Amino acid sequence: MTDLVSVLVDGIIYSSYLFIISVGLTLIYGVMKILNMAHGSLYALGAYVTATFVGFWFGHNLNPYVSFLLLPLAAVVVGLVAGPLIERGLLRFMYGKDEIVLVLVTYAILLILEDVIKLAWGVESYSAYQPYGLLGNFEVAGLPYTVYDALLVVVAIGVGVALTWVLTRTRQGKLLLAVIHDREVSAAMGINVQRVYTVTFTVGTMLAALGGALIAPKVSVVPAMGVDVIVLAFAVVVIGGLGSLPGAALGSVIVGLVRSTAVHHMPEVELFSIYFVMALVLIFRPKGLFSAAEARKI
Amino acid sequence: MRNRPSHGNVSPLTVALRLAFAVAVGAAPAAALAKRVKLGVVTFLSGAAAGPFGVPAKNGAEIVIDALNAGTLPAPYKTKGLGGEQVELTFVDEAGGTTKQVNEYRNLVQRENADVVIGYISSGDCLAVAPLAEELKKLTVLFDCGTPRIFEDASYKYLFRTGPTATMDNVAAAFYVTQMKPNIKKFSGINQNYAWGQDSWNDFEAAMKALKPGIEVGTSQMPKLLAGQYGAEVSALLTSGAEVVHSSFWGGDTEALILQGAPRGLFTKTTVVLTAGEPTIVRLGTQVPEGTVIGARGPFDMFAPDIELNRWFRKAYEDKFKMAPSYPAYKMAQAILGVKAAYDKAQAANAGKAPSQEQVVAAFENLSFEGPGGRVEMSLGKGHQAVQGTAFGITKNVGGKVTMTNVKTYPASKVNPPDGVKSEDWIKAGFKAGK
Repeated sequence: MTDLVSVLVDGIIYSSYLFIISVGLTLIYGVMKILNMAHGSLYALGAYVTATFVGFWFGHNLNPYVSFLLLPLAAVVVGLVAGPLIERGLLRFMYGKDEIVLVLVTYAILLILEDVIKLAWGVESYSAYQPYGLLGNFEVAGLPYTVYDALLVVVAIGVGVALTWVLTRTRQGKLLLAVIHDREVSAAMGINVQRVYTVTFTVGTMLAALGGALIAPKVSVVPAMGVDVIVLAFAVVVIGGLGSLPGAALGSVIVGLVRSTAVHHMPEVELFSIYFVMALVLIFRPKGLFSAAEARKI
Repeated sequence: MRNRPSHGNVSPLTVALRLAFAVAVGAAPAAALAKRVKLGVVTFLSGAAAGPFGVPAKNGAEIVIDALNAGTLPAPYKTKGLGGEQVELTFVDEAGGTTKQVNEYRNLVQRENADVVIGYISSGDCLAVAPLAEELKKLTVLFDCGTPRIFEDASYKYLFRTGPTATMDNVAAAFYVTQMKPNIKKFSGINQNYAWGQDSWNDFEAAMKALKPGIEVGTSQMPKLLAGQYGAEVSALLTSGAEVVHSSFWGGDTEALILQGAPRGLFTKTTVVLTAGEPTIVRLGTQVPEGTVIGARGPFDMFAPDIELNRWFRKAYEDKFKMAPSYPAYKMAQAILGVKAAYDKAQAANAGKAPSQEQVVAAFENLSFEGPGGRVEMSLGKGHQAVQGTAFGITKNVGGKVTMTNVKTYPASKVNPPDGVKSEDWIKAGFKAGK
């Protein structure tokens, strides 16, 4: 029983991490049809800015509980600076080009951002560990877990619910869905597609940075920390269906639970298990679990 | 622990200024030096291994070469340069994988005309470069990589390794924990899923089973390198019922394991052994939980002997870089001093004239020389592989600083196989000729 509970709890915590790191990727793809390889670097940028903010905060002995606000603040700062800069400064010149060209362009951005991070922060590791242990522990079936990890689950659910609400219940969200459905018709109907793209990329960047910001207190913030994240996030969104929000959620839960089961019962296949699930899904659903049916355009 | 381990907290303003300065100025061109012996140093200057290993090694090289060229090294290395000639340093980034490193090695030797190459932290890079050193007939010294396979599976003339193998770390760790917990019944492990982690776990597991027949393995976790998230692994380790958890994690992975494992009681409910944990102390300080068993991959840093060479190296490093040297810095210093000792010996045998490479190579074989970690014997691999004693200890926080208690040292003969015997066979045979 303890074993089953720990597999479930570990799986859910890991799923929330996966959802947070992949939701921005799937949002940008859904709207802009860009597989944003720079997502990993934006995640890393969020972690580095968080480490800087948290270091400054605790270095000046300020109220430790307020430090939790620094995490979303770091994500907003990265999103508002890097998002419009990349979208307006580079990506807008590439719209209309083949998707593979955009993949290469965003890969170039990833490499540039990796070096920007090294220029700004060097190659030393940073940490923002203080918020992680601040709220203490709780026990599930005799195993201790940190309250911070429980908060990650809450944040992941909150992000998912908020995005769903915005997309389905607000005017801006409906405009965005219209652009997703058909960019040209949306533009013809008077929707400012350029602005939708800029806002979407900025929000996607914020979500990538939020992933890094929330993970920073748990890890050592080091160069290249974002490179593996893009691979993992890609696996999740491919399982769920590129561009699908519920798909990213389901993909995260599946991967999280499968990985947790592997770690507890067959640790030697842990890495293989994630990509095995991905391969299995793609065999039966080549466009992912939540891929929408596409009308053929003549 | 500090948020900026080496230089205190870094402010947002500092980050902005540093970025602006870097953009405005660009990389300053290296000063051209008209010196004779070209020394190529290969170490991680980017990527995840740069901070914990690559940069300290580079720093260590700069300290020793500056002193070598100035003739200010302590005895027995008081003469200037190598073979009486000044040394010119060229650094190469080890990041990028084995294919890139093979090309970089060719560039160093065939285009840059390096006289000596010292380098390689990754075991994969060492294995890739080893046959090339032989093909190009270039004196090459491996300073840090741990795989014992280099000289156990092949023989080389131009290749040397001045650092001990990973076998020593894990055998010594097994000796340490079985002395510490003589009634131990079960142990577990968490190691990175590549050659280093797998070899380390295999050696530790075999050594534990040789020392305590009938002992059980709880779980062997093998997350991928730089996985970062260890929540499920920590749960698995906690539920495994192990008294000891072995880990050869390094760099950011060690730090993440500590940050995620300590609040959940992993370090209080089990005794965690970090065989390569010493750089983490330099970086995390008192954030490393008390009671953790730490190794330094040899007699380095806090385990280094109180000798003049160590006192000099430590002071010079701390004065220049405002932080303590970790074991990669020691091992780089040791490699350069090994080359220096071989040059000096060859020069003495050559009537004081600058020796040829062949003479230096001959002098290097079976050499015994002094490093900042004490005496190094090139006694394995037909005189090409170093052995040293090693030490393990337990962390204890005293006055806001990490100190080591219960330090036990192990002579080289106890934790290394005899020449010509493979590490794996030696461990499985119950350390015959080792005890």
